[in-house]
Amino acid sequence: MSYQYNIGCSLNNLKGVREFIRNSLKGQGVSDLEMGAIVLALDEMCSNLMIHAHHCNPDHQISMNIHIAGHHQFVFEIIDDGSMFDINQYKEQELDSLVHEKRKGGLGIRLVKSIMDKVEYLREDGKNICRLTKTV
Amino acid sequence: MVHIKRLQEEGADIIAIIGEIDASSSIELDLAIAKSVGDGYRKILVDCSGLEYISSAGLGVFMSYIEELKDKKVFLVLFGLKERVLNTFSILGLADLLNIRETKSEAKKLADELSV
Repeated sequence: MSYQYNIGCSLNNLKGVREFIRNSLKGQGVSDLEMGAIVLALDEMCSNLMIHAHHCNPDHQISMNIHIAGHHQFVFEIIDDGSMFDINQYKEQELDSLVHEKRKGGLGIRLVKSIMDKVEYLREDGKNICRLTKTV
Repeated sequence: MVHIKRLQEEGADIIAIIGEIDASSSIELDLAIAKSVGDGYRKILVDCSGLEYISSAGLGVFMSYIEELKDKKVFLVLFGLKERVLNTFSILGLADLLNIRETKSEAKKLADELSV
C-alpha cells in the first residue's frame, strides 16, 4: 500500500502533513509513542526543506510518499526540486554547546537520525528523493 | 495552531500551552516566555496538559532559555506532559536539562524550593 501527499512550502501546511502521516499509518499496529516519533521526524524533514531549500514559498511543492513495505516496515520518501542537503553529511553540535550558545536550532536533524533507521538521498528525473526507512 | 494563556497564581506565572507547537507556531511560545521573564517572574510554570505535539522548534525555545534563566535565577518548571510529548524531550536528553514534573502541585513545590 502506498500513499501520496503534495504540499506547498508553507509552514502552515505542516499540520496537514502530520495528519496525513497519522492517517496513513493508522491500523498498522504502530504504538502511540512510535507514531509520535515518526510524525516528528517527518515534520522535521519537511520544515527543514521548506525553510532552507524553498524559503517558505507556498508556490513551491514537495511531495511525500509513504510505502508500507511489510509488517511494521515503512518507507517514507520526500521529493522536491530544491537544492539538496544531505543530513548524513551534517555533523551535529553537542547538546551542551547548543545550550551554552542559547541556540534555538540544531535539534531537528538529531531527532531524525535518532528516530529513523536509515536516511538515503537519490536523484531521479531532476528531482531529489530523500528516503527514510523505519521498522517498528 | 497553538493557544497560549498566562495566569498568575501565588507569585508564579503559569503559561498554559494548548494545541501543537511546530516551526510555524514556536514563536508564540518564545514570546510568552520572554514576556514572563520580562515581567520579572522568578517562578514560571509551564502547563503542558493541553500540549498535543511539539517539534524541535518548540524544544529549541526551551533550550535557548536554559542559560538566561540560570543567570537571572528564574526557575521554569514544566508539568502535565503527555507521554508522547515527554518522549520528544527525552529522545535528545533534553528532559534531563529541564525541570519537569508530573503535576502542577509538584511543579509549584519544586519552583518554591529552587527559588528559596
